[in-house]
Amino acid sequence: MKPVISEHETAHPLSLVRYVVGFVGCVVLTLTAYLLVTRSTWPQGAIVGTLALLALLQFIIQMVLFLHVTEERGSHWKLVTMGLMLSVVLILVGGSIWIMNNLNYRMTPQQIDQYMRSQDSL
Amino acid sequence: MSEVTTTLNMHQIEARATEKTTFGFWVYLMTDCVLFAGLFSVYAVLHGNTFGGPSGHDLFKLPYVLVETMVLLTSSFTCGMAMLAAQRRDRTQVLAWLGVTFLLGLTFLGMELSEFHNMVLDGNSWRRSGFLSSYFTLVGTHGLHITFGLLWMAVTCVFMIKKGLTESVLKRLTLLSLFWHFLDVIWIFIFTIVYLFGSRGI
Repeated sequence: MKPVISEHETAHPLSLVRYVVGFVGCVVLTLTAYLLVTRSTWPQGAIVGTLALLALLQFIIQMVLFLHVTEERGSHWKLVTMGLMLSVVLILVGGSIWIMNNLNYRMTPQQIDQYMRSQDSL
Repeated sequence: MSEVTTTLNMHQIEARATEKTTFGFWVYLMTDCVLFAGLFSVYAVLHGNTFGGPSGHDLFKLPYVLVETMVLLTSSFTCGMAMLAAQRRDRTQVLAWLGVTFLLGLTFLGMELSEFHNMVLDGNSWRRSGFLSSYFTLVGTHGLHITFGLLWMAVTCVFMIKKGLTESVLKRLTLLSLFWHFLDVIWIFIFTIVYLFGSRGI
């Protein structure tokens, strides 16, 4: 009985080090992002890119160190469902922004208004 | 000997059942991400439509939101500490860490509600503009998740006090910690996209 219990426990290794490293990493990334927004004089594009990168890094840190996506048995299916989720998110968010920007680019607000009215009367 | 092997099998069966439940809960979390993606895309499309009202740049107080973020991040960490204590089967410490997590979660929720309250008092409720509608829906949905997480945490603590650290309580704790960490992951994106981008007028 005993060896099996210890094997069962080491199959899900939660360690203090992982949590502390994750926590400190996230605090540093959050503060960096905050200071970047409040203090920096960088051009808008550079700030957007860096903020997105910082958020992505923090996402990966929390997924691996707090939510343990990469450990435990059966993590293969965890990653598969996460991949599916990420692709749906990408299509939904990216697609919405793309289409709406396209609409803004091709039509003036008056044209959009007129178009919507014409669709309404159908 | 045969008795030993049957207990081993029982243990394995139990472990496998927990694994299945955890995976099922994981799939729920992934679909919840899709819900948030919908709200994020609505926000992305509508955040410029202020209808003559205030924009995020006028409304958000970044230092306040930074404190909120740190409180939630710390609660995610203390929730992890509770899980470590649960692994050592140390009930007193699990309760202590969960208590800290609960208080931090409650602080976060209180700060968020007071932020909402002040906005509504200033006449900037969800009825003001498309931007504010999408803002309140996105951030409010996260807050609602936090509220349910806190309720769940309180119920689990009561269970633990009454029944001790049984297998079923441990399973609940595992799912609860997944849920709580997940809410912090969603908050990274709310903090970055809504607050940081918003206060820069992006």
